[in-house]
Amino acid sequence: MNKISIQNFSLQYSDGTESLRNISLEIPANQITVLFGPAGGGKSSLLRVLNRLNDLADVTHQEGKVLLDGEDILSLKTDVIALRRKVGMVFARPVVLPFSIRENLTYGLEVAGEKDSDRINGSVENSLQQAALWDEVKDRLDDPAIALSGGQQQRLCLARVLALEPEVILLDEPTSGLDPISTGKVEESLQGLKQDYTIILVPHSVQQAARTADLAAFLLQGELVEVASGDTMFTNPRDQRTQDYVQGRFG
Amino acid sequence: MKSSSHLRYKQQQFGFSLLTIMTFLTIIPIAGVVIYILVLGTPAISWEFIFGFPRGGMREGGIWPAIVGTFYLTLGTAAFAVPIGIGAAIYLSEYAPDNKATRLIRIAIINLAGIPSVVYGLFGLGLFVLFLQFGTSILAGSLTLSIMTLPVIISTTEEALKSVPQAFRTVSISVGATKWQTIRKIILPQALPGILTGVILGLERAAGETAPILFTVAAFFLPRLPSSPLDATMALPYHLFVISTQVPGMPIKIQYGTALVLLVFVLSMNIIATTIRSRARARRQW
Repeated sequence: MNKISIQNFSLQYSDGTESLRNISLEIPANQITVLFGPAGGGKSSLLRVLNRLNDLADVTHQEGKVLLDGEDILSLKTDVIALRRKVGMVFARPVVLPFSIRENLTYGLEVAGEKDSDRINGSVENSLQQAALWDEVKDRLDDPAIALSGGQQQRLCLARVLALEPEVILLDEPTSGLDPISTGKVEESLQGLKQDYTIILVPHSVQQAARTADLAAFLLQGELVEVASGDTMFTNPRDQRTQDYVQGRFG
Repeated sequence: MKSSSHLRYKQQQFGFSLLTIMTFLTIIPIAGVVIYILVLGTPAISWEFIFGFPRGGMREGGIWPAIVGTFYLTLGTAAFAVPIGIGAAIYLSEYAPDNKATRLIRIAIINLAGIPSVVYGLFGLGLFVLFLQFGTSILAGSLTLSIMTLPVIISTTEEALKSVPQAFRTVSISVGATKWQTIRKIILPQALPGILTGVILGLERAAGETAPILFTVAAFFLPRLPSSPLDATMALPYHLFVISTQVPGMPIKIQYGTALVLLVFVLSMNIIATTIRSRARARRQW
């Protein structure tokens, strides 16, 4: 069974911007699934449905099903707080909380009511290791997180998600503000992370999509045009629109 | 070409000079008030003046009961206005839906700030002193001053909350925090300096007001300090009003000494507020 199953999902905002129309998509576990396409296509919206962050937005209409391990996460009975711990998110702009590096990592556990200090301390090192940031910050964990460079901040945001030991990680253009070296580091850590997590990435370029995708989904104006393995999608797409976009004729 | 640019340069010079002059004009009355009161009031200041009771029909002695009274009134006002004001601001900034009712509340709050203070005084007399039978008391006065101070506290607190970046809220929610956890652990601590500044500025205004306490709490002369919230009390602004208008043969230095004490009381609150604000700005991580 796939980790996430999106079935006939549609979404509309009250201001009429970026909607989703009848999306059906199966997202496998332990792979990197890439949602790509031109701006305004609904990639971020779809991402924000998966951890119900869209609850904060002005959604007027929503239908269809989104199953995580077979459970409908859009149901009224869903424990949204628990869902967000299971489905972590890294945003385009690195937003570190106005705390120390350590507190940024422990915040999620703390609000979850975790009291076991061994577990909390363990998760700090663990998550930083996984995000390839440990060596750079291990001697200054109590410094303000804001003092880190942009690339380090973004890896800290990734570590903050990993500290919660989620099952799914959503990344919304996580490298859009980073230089090529930092971008490389983030992509590299994603390849390592997919052993343990289901990763869904909105890339900031077609090149990044091609580099990272195990499975790729092309979204155009709220419509899911094509789904294919990364290899097929960027060499031999079926749909003309996908081909045009991948070859840089628009977007 | 050259002459035209020279002319424009002259015009600019003239404009700047005009603005500079206007700025200095505003300082003159402010500095004037402070210097005038300092010069005339300082000779009155003594241990006995601060910590003594008025004697000889208030023409001698000190103003201790008025100082204590103003202190109690400020505390009493804070006790009501701070929790209610901050609570209301949190609701308006973080929870209230953007609808007609919310907009109406906001308009009401803004207009509340424009009501003349003597009207608050009369309202306090009607509601707290007479209807609720608190009598002329610190309780009635504090409640009246609270109502007057609420709009200031609510608007500055709301402003402080709104200035905390939206992204912090999104991130906090996305790692599984509830809205309340987000407010308690991130938004409030980050907004605290701004809130404190607003609270102090609000209380400072309450401490200096005469009209709202005129009918609700202020005593002309009391030979003892208030011992319960239901006691009336003397207060600095009202005392100043009384000794300036109601007591014939009042020595001028006692009037200005009283004004000086009130000024120092209010200005020190102001300085505390400004210090909190500038320190917090320097330490802020966003």
